[in-house]
Amino acid sequence: MNEDIKSFTISIYTENNIGLLNRISAIFQRRHINIESLTTSQSEIDGVNRFVIVVNMTETNANKIVKQIEKQVETIRAYYHTEEETIFTESCMFKIKSDLLFNEPQIQNIIKDSNTTIVTVNKEFFVLEKSGRRNEIESLRRDLNAFGIMQFVRSGRIAVTKEEMKITELLTEFNNQ
Amino acid sequence: MKTQAANKKEMTDKTLRITGSEAIVRSLMAEGVDILYGYPGGAIMPVYDELFKFQDQIHHVLTRHEQGAAHAAQGYARISGKVGVAMATSGPGATNLITGIADAQIDSTPLVCITGQVFSHLLGSDAFQETDIVGISTPVTKWNCQVTKAEDIPAAIAKAFYIARSGRPGPVLVDITKDAQVTEFDFNYKKCEGVRSYNPIPKTSQDAVNAAAALINNAKKPMIVWGQGVILGEAEAELKEVIEKAGIPAAWTILGASALSTSHPLNIGMVGMHGNYAPNKLTNECDVLIAIGMRFDDRVTGRLDAYAKQAKIIHFDIDPAEIDKNVKTDVAVLGNSKESLAMLVEALNENSHESWLQEFKDLYAIEFDKVIKGDLHPTKEGLTMGEVLKQINIETEGNAAIVSDVGQHQMIACRYADFNVTKSNITSGGLGTMGFALPAAIGAKMAAPEREVVAIIGDGGYQMNIQELGTIFQQKAAVKIVVLNNEFLGMVRQWQQLFFDKRYASTEMTNPNFVAIAEGYYIKARKVTKREELAEAVKEMIQSKESYFLEVCVEKEDNVFPMIPSGASVSDVRLS
Repeated sequence: MNEDIKSFTISIYTENNIGLLNRISAIFQRRHINIESLTTSQSEIDGVNRFVIVVNMTETNANKIVKQIEKQVETIRAYYHTEEETIFTESCMFKIKSDLLFNEPQIQNIIKDSNTTIVTVNKEFFVLEKSGRRNEIESLRRDLNAFGIMQFVRSGRIAVTKEEMKITELLTEFNNQ
Repeated sequence: MKTQAANKKEMTDKTLRITGSEAIVRSLMAEGVDILYGYPGGAIMPVYDELFKFQDQIHHVLTRHEQGAAHAAQGYARISGKVGVAMATSGPGATNLITGIADAQIDSTPLVCITGQVFSHLLGSDAFQETDIVGISTPVTKWNCQVTKAEDIPAAIAKAFYIARSGRPGPVLVDITKDAQVTEFDFNYKKCEGVRSYNPIPKTSQDAVNAAAALINNAKKPMIVWGQGVILGEAEAELKEVIEKAGIPAAWTILGASALSTSHPLNIGMVGMHGNYAPNKLTNECDVLIAIGMRFDDRVTGRLDAYAKQAKIIHFDIDPAEIDKNVKTDVAVLGNSKESLAMLVEALNENSHESWLQEFKDLYAIEFDKVIKGDLHPTKEGLTMGEVLKQINIETEGNAAIVSDVGQHQMIACRYADFNVTKSNITSGGLGTMGFALPAAIGAKMAAPEREVVAIIGDGGYQMNIQELGTIFQQKAAVKIVVLNNEFLGMVRQWQQLFFDKRYASTEMTNPNFVAIAEGYYIKARKVTKREELAEAVKEMIQSKESYFLEVCVEKEDNVFPMIPSGASVSDVRLS
């Protein structure tokens, strides 16, 4: 019974607490699960944080991991979703020498075709920013790489789920316990 | 000095302008703490100064090592069901607690550990005795936090106690910087009544209980395996009702021991690697397996893909993360065992399973013949560990709390001790911490001075925390200590014999004069080497009003059977 390994997006709503990141990442580390990406930010509710973690694993293990995360005192709720169940994006930035922008007209076409935004331009360099799926970002990076990239950085995935997350209701329920 | 009641009243009636360290002590008293275990040092000294002032109301026990403090707090918690408290200074004091904390985490023992920390402005500067104890303890605590402001102390301690004792209990650690300890603030203590993100007891579903009852009512060969969840939930009476009403043979995990009297006719013994033959073997014959407050540890299940595959599995647990973690369940019943078992009793039909019970009795007869007879009624010259336990049973009439360490003697103690009283088997189950028993016995005896507390320890584990004899002596804790000396790390030696061609790598021990060491601490001591001396010596020990050390020199190369070899199925349990 060999279960398929799939990409899962784990969403965690937590109290905003120092040390919780450590506690959550330890759950993955202990089980030798490589975190593909991890993003943490404020959620739609004041004082509640949201983690978005991307991992490759079997669904059985995703289910177990989510229960272990939920077991943490300061976790409000944890979920896992497949790619089909979420809307997700990543974002990236490129720093490139400015003279290339003028010497290599091809670059301007790449920027236009890929819907990439120019964040800033000065004499030495210009900075591009793009949000999108991983393959779009990768293809942009390949295209620009031919001309030389001074710096490249990509964020982790951020994702919202198609289904409703009833965290506010949940918190009200907790408060009334 | 004011009485404790007066102090409590004063605290609730008005706020007091006090230091953080006094607030720590008053917070502990507000949580009902009367004993704590610890060791002073630089970063916790202001708290010790307050403990000195309040010594008529809260008793601090100076152990001889912080590990001893953590285990003593565990022993206190395990016998009483209350939260154990350990205290240490920063750096090495705090790291020395870690083994006990890890032990408490895996065995679900409620513990509050308070550690001193360097001044907050020094955090991260590699200051003297600074260590990131919050980071270090994160994977082995249920919850932890660092407090850097005096005014945050009462709420942190209140939350710590609430989390430690609620739901599935566990250890928490509160690290308090020295500046927080010395700053004055307006103290007011409020007990914690809930944490927004934390649901300690999931609601028991009546549908799940009904589904479980339907399976049990139709079962021909049902079997219960209960664990510590029954003891932690104080559901001993409900468990007994379930067992008796439905006539179900019931076995226990090592930490479940003593929840039901060992003499109960439906108590079929211990499961697991060195458990009884019948319940291990028949795990793979039953049609419905009812797991109650246990977690299908690998030492219980053996090879998972050959564990109870024929049976429907019902799992009662308070912790949703345990459901389907190791064994896939057919019916999961979440909630507190006391409530869920009470609901189950209502839904069960009265029943009996005589022929099925007879199968257990038949296999017991085989185990008796091949193993138990030789352990308890030996005819060979050397003393067995089993006959020592038998004598202790006779002298204590099965009413003692047995605190065991880790290894062969532990398995023998758990297999052969008679238990009439719940919370009486105090041992390091999940972590297997050698050195646990001596300090844990101190905590147990101090929590329940009216009870007979007998520590059963091997010659290896005894020497891991032997310094706690000093605590026993200073506290006049009337702990009875039995060292079963085979001059080997016996369990490792047994494995070397069975699986490593008798290459006894670093398991033979040249031991000191244990009696002289005990006597050095002014503890009455005796050594037994011959069978004819044993009964009288055990009697003298149990009758002693003070602590007593008894060394019994047992057969050097005895093995513990039955045994499920590592990685084998419960069906392959060996008798020799």
